Amino acid sequence: MSRIESRFATLRREGRTALVPYVTAGDPRPEVTVPLMHAMVAAGADLLELGVPFSDPMADGPVIQLANERALAHHVSLHDVLDMVRRFRQQDSDTPVIVMGYLNPIEVMGYAAFAEAAAEAGVDGVITVDMPPEEADEFRTLLLARGIDPIFLLAPTTNDERIRRIVDAASGFIYYVALKGVTGAGNLDTAEVGQRVSHIRGMTDIPVGVGFGIKDADSARAVAPFADAVVVGSAIVRQIEAYSDRMETATQHIVALLKDIRQALDSGETTKVERA
Amino acid sequence: MAQADKQSTSYALPDARGHFGPYGGLFVSETLMAPLEELRVAWEHYLQDADFLRELDDELHHYVGRPSPLYLARRWSEEIGGARIWLKREDLNHTGAHKVNNTVGQALLARRMGKTRIIAETGAGQHGVATATVAARLGLECVVYMGAEDIQRQAINVYRMKLLGATVVPVESGSRTLKDALNEAMRDWVTNVDDTFYIIGTVAGPHPYPAMVRDFQAVIGREARAQILEQAGRLPDALVACVGGGSNAIGLFHPFIADSEVAMYGVEAAGEGLDTGRHAAPLCAGRPGVLHGNRTYLMEDDDGQIIHTHSVSAGLDYPGVGPEHAWLKDSGRAQYVAITDEEALAAFHTLTRVEGIIPALESSHALAYAAKLAATLKPGQHIVVNLSGRGDKDIHTVAALEGIAL
Repeated sequence: MSRIESRFATLRREGRTALVPYVTAGDPRPEVTVPLMHAMVAAGADLLELGVPFSDPMADGPVIQLANERALAHHVSLHDVLDMVRRFRQQDSDTPVIVMGYLNPIEVMGYAAFAEAAAEAGVDGVITVDMPPEEADEFRTLLLARGIDPIFLLAPTTNDERIRRIVDAASGFIYYVALKGVTGAGNLDTAEVGQRVSHIRGMTDIPVGVGFGIKDADSARAVAPFADAVVVGSAIVRQIEAYSDRMETATQHIVALLKDIRQALDSGETTKVERA
Repeated sequence: MAQADKQSTSYALPDARGHFGPYGGLFVSETLMAPLEELRVAWEHYLQDADFLRELDDELHHYVGRPSPLYLARRWSEEIGGARIWLKREDLNHTGAHKVNNTVGQALLARRMGKTRIIAETGAGQHGVATATVAARLGLECVVYMGAEDIQRQAINVYRMKLLGATVVPVESGSRTLKDALNEAMRDWVTNVDDTFYIIGTVAGPHPYPAMVRDFQAVIGREARAQILEQAGRLPDALVACVGGGSNAIGLFHPFIADSEVAMYGVEAAGEGLDTGRHAAPLCAGRPGVLHGNRTYLMEDDDGQIIHTHSVSAGLDYPGVGPEHAWLKDSGRAQYVAITDEEALAAFHTLTRVEGIIPALESSHALAYAAKLAATLKPGQHIVVNLSGRGDKDIHTVAALEGIAL
């Protein structure tokens, strides 16, 4: 059982929704990321999502675009990101770490070399935003062979036929993109998200995480009843942007935000919707 | 004419999922998979629809002004003293470049699909103008994304788009140029998929764009093939076209693919020189990677980050290239070469003085290479150059390089 599977199995037994914070690796400086990862775990994170900086983050809104630019100003590479995971693992062997990014840095490293290096560093899952399952056969096989879960996205525009194919190819969990748009966009229609996620959960046993548009305790509480995990990205990165020269303050704000969301998620456990 | 009717290609690419060998494909976020499938189905349908094709032909004839002439550059050819050089006059199209062939096609498709809002990216502004033009013609809302850097450099085209009723949105992210405008247009599309049609300006992007834009631009090569057979009585020895994203080149090349005796040369921007790193020549000096929805040759660093490009011609200033060109390069069917800023500027002046035609700086790259090639061939041989656009838009750039403020 992979670290991600066992973490979700525990959460399910406890009837809890996973909290998954996202930060861009190396934002605003390479040395802050590993301590921040530990701080987020201490604040209640169940899994961590670490963004690989890319020059052309097409699926991201302005907040995460700027995070990418801040990290790239320090030339943070995919190798550096894996090194951060390796250092994180020296003190935390339990919390699953998911690397999220765009395909090109992985193409340049080579799929097999990346799968090997990622496994060696202690990476548990990989999300490549711009690689749909249709293009992912070889990459998926290489990751699975190294014990890494390839995590695919579902969107509001994904039809049932594709949902079936994607959940078949997925492992670890499925990432439901809650809105049509980029990361950090607008306000969620939580009723619609609830309906879609419940529909997806009716089609598969694999945990379903919800991301894009979850920014505070209220939005997290609203999706908690039907989500196995909530991903919070831009709301965290916004704190780094605001206090990039005072990382202690940024970290305090992020810890407070995560504790707030953690509490909201846990208070909603009694209303957890059972799987179809 | 039997030869002109000959099957135009010797390969049936891309495959069902948009691959040209290892290149092309569909590398986008999940939200865009459904609208791209909707677009593919519509495009494949209307490509066979007689009523749509009639409408397209009618627009190309009466609105764009097609067919464009194939002009023998007699004085220039004689001055070089080698092969005869023929110019496919895409500069004479409405809006002054080949771009409009594609925007007319995609806008008509958008209308048939019931989309009411058009978006586009633009670098120099030519594709933006061509898109804003057809949007005005069809009464569609139009939003054009343009790098903030490019907006400063291309004030006239920005104003032209605004006159045509388009909203021009400055893009402040990344390098604030064409690639970032494309990223931003994709972000708009992912947000407004229900009513919005994204008109990509070149043969790049996710499937079906490379194939669809090629099909709309192939009118260039179909006309040129029939024209050279009629005017020279034979097929040309070589085709020459500049390559940024590569739409004018594919448009010229594609109907000649099966004519194995016709050599094809795609001309990239060598900028200040391929060895300086300041260029925009991914086929000549880059390597394969994934950007903007497809796998192709890219300008990238060792970490897979896309790097800044440089060319005196804004229309060639793009770090990727259409995946069909990547495939044509690897297969050896086409050759890819590069011309520096300096060589292109020299060709710009030569054609202007010798033939009375002011070429776009993009097209000047093709002209510069054609002159080199012609000198190695005999007077009985023929070269067709795609004169993809007119140079009026570049007058300020050329003047500034010569220290003249207009």
